[in-house]
Amino acid sequence: MNTDKRTPLLLLSSLLALLAVGPLLPEWQFLATLALGKGLVVLGLLLLLRTGLVSFGQGLYYCLGGYAAGVMGHYWGVTDATLLLLAAALVSGVAAAVLGLLLARYRAIFFAMLSLALSMILYGLLAKSQTLGSTDGFNLAPPTLLGFPLAGYEGRYALYSLACVLAFLAALGLHYYFRTPLGRLATAIRDNEIRVEYLGASVRGAVHVKYTIAGVLAGLGGALTGMTVGHIDPEMAYWTTSGEFVFIAILSGTGSVAAPFLGSFIYELVRTFAYEYSPNTWQLALGAVMLLIIVFLPAGLWSLFRRRQGGAA
Amino acid sequence: MKVRLGFTLAALGLAASTALAQGPEPYRIGVVTFLSGAAAGPFGVPARYGAEVTAEALNAGTVPAPYQTKGIGGRPIELIFIDEAGGTTKQVSEYRNLVQRQKVDAVIGYISSGDCLAVAPVAEELQKLTILFDCGTPRIFEDGNYKYVFRTGPTGTVDSVAAALYVTGTMPEATKIAGINQNYAWGHDSWNDFEAAMKRLKPDVQVVTSQMPKFLAGQYGAEISALIASGADVVHSSFWGGDMEAFVLQAAPRGLFQRSKVVLTTGETGLHKLGTQIPEGTIIGARGPFGPFAPDTELNRWLVRAYSERHKEPPTYPAYKMSQALLGLKAAYEKAQAANGGQAPSQDQVIEAFEHLEYEGPGGTVRMALGNGHQAVMETAYGEVKHENGKAVVVNVRRYTAEQVNPPDGMQSAAWIKNDLKPVQ
Repeated sequence: MNTDKRTPLLLLSSLLALLAVGPLLPEWQFLATLALGKGLVVLGLLLLLRTGLVSFGQGLYYCLGGYAAGVMGHYWGVTDATLLLLAAALVSGVAAAVLGLLLARYRAIFFAMLSLALSMILYGLLAKSQTLGSTDGFNLAPPTLLGFPLAGYEGRYALYSLACVLAFLAALGLHYYFRTPLGRLATAIRDNEIRVEYLGASVRGAVHVKYTIAGVLAGLGGALTGMTVGHIDPEMAYWTTSGEFVFIAILSGTGSVAAPFLGSFIYELVRTFAYEYSPNTWQLALGAVMLLIIVFLPAGLWSLFRRRQGGAA
Repeated sequence: MKVRLGFTLAALGLAASTALAQGPEPYRIGVVTFLSGAAAGPFGVPARYGAEVTAEALNAGTVPAPYQTKGIGGRPIELIFIDEAGGTTKQVSEYRNLVQRQKVDAVIGYISSGDCLAVAPVAEELQKLTILFDCGTPRIFEDGNYKYVFRTGPTGTVDSVAAALYVTGTMPEATKIAGINQNYAWGHDSWNDFEAAMKRLKPDVQVVTSQMPKFLAGQYGAEISALIASGADVVHSSFWGGDMEAFVLQAAPRGLFQRSKVVLTTGETGLHKLGTQIPEGTIIGARGPFGPFAPDTELNRWLVRAYSERHKEPPTYPAYKMSQALLGLKAAYEKAQAANGGQAPSQDQVIEAFEHLEYEGPGGTVRMALGNGHQAVMETAYGEVKHENGKAVVVNVRRYTAEQVNPPDGMQSAAWIKNDLKPVQ
């Protein structure tokens, strides 16, 4: 398919454009880094959505990733951003692989609710743990990259670039994953599980792998957000956070691996302007804009690009 | 479809350009307080009103001495409000927005301790004068060292320590204590401080039960039963807002307030709303010398009058603390201005003037004594509710000096309570 070949090019040009624009707009870098972090989580949701699953508990891995990065710096003095990201991916990946054993058996509303419940358990545990600051959370040690602190004008740009590269690699990786036999099973599982089993593939195994990948992506997003914001708290595992990810996923649409990043950029922009220009009614303004987008673009923001290419594959 | 989206964004952009105010070089202050959610009603909105009343009066030059000069150093004050709701990630994001895109001269805000902890390092990074006006956690300046961050309100430690001093001072025979606090950081910290202070002041004290219901639970039937069954002499609660009101309304008919002495550390915020529904004899605090505990000064009479005229009820402590933050900023700015020969001072000069500053607020004297001159201390007070002519008033007020309820500079609150807290007769 035409778009399949175009996607890597599109991703690469987006990466280069983001890296080039970053230094010109330092006051927007923070917001962009946050959007990329959230985009990573939503990318994982896209994978699940294509499989026909909605997780209302990605906050669990988002939070685990953030806390993995936070605890590494706080207790063991590890501040290197790449090590923190690795730790976050590892912790959230292992957690997702273990919990996936249970969750891979469930579908539809049961999958959604169970994932939500697991994430609320983590919230409850963290809210009780006073050594980790309870609901107030704690501040991360300032992260470094190759020994250089990620603060100040250059440091912030380095962190932003790291986020761009990470998002690029994740999107590209997922793009190729969707072309492997296991990746292609996603839509097949969504459409007809029994047929997939008769073809000789294990539905549970495939769902398990996808759930684990989504967990790793959410963990990376959480660590990135934690390093950018400089503070983590159990709110990251709260169901409203997970709901926000599902919201962005619906807003973005599942048309492309680039869609989650576009969606979270738009979401963050609308949100920050709503805070600025209607401080008393920002929720209303945000909701109204989102409603308009969903009414006029039911297949998500990505459908804008689809139509221009003239094919509604 | 893309055109429609474009229109929406263009409309947002238009709103942006019209929102800019005009005036001769205003002093722009970002004010962050809860405008939505559970904390808006009891804290956020009174704080917003406090900011508006104070800023307007300062701009008109109608605040009593020593604040009768207009604006801040002659510059009219412009307030930019941001909702504190949404969690720390959004708050850090909007803080950066205020500083980097809105180019404010200073930020005053934050009720949630989590938001304060998250914003303080960002203020250092962006080098922007930031005044925390309400959040309680002593961790800000005990775990960190900041140049650009100030807190003009007392810490949360003061509330629990003063509550323990009041209880031990007025009820020396009480030995059985219990607590009902929300299951989140504020509730944990408040109870831990109260328990530690009670054990320090009266080593034979016995904790009969500590209830930690879910934050915003609303229904406390089971917890109230446990408190009644425990036979506690004193029940401590740091509940606030709707939770506190619900607790009072549910516990009073069941006789908890007759069986035990109930201490509500933030009770003052419900004083006007609940009125005589708070049973007589309930011990209440205002997190400092605010509201009914405020001294009878001209500054206090001015705030009560100006606020009541506008909002039909007297100011509660969040309004006092917000007003106090604005007046502190004005005092520091003008001190720096005077030292600078009347010229507009630099931010560093304002910060230098702010450190260890002593100034008057509507709640009395504020001394920036802790955290290397960045954390305020004030005297504080507790009293008992009494019903008079259909209204709830506060009697048997006991006042505690700042030194009696705060650790010396450089010492951690928890360690100070455990080892050095002194009883007050």
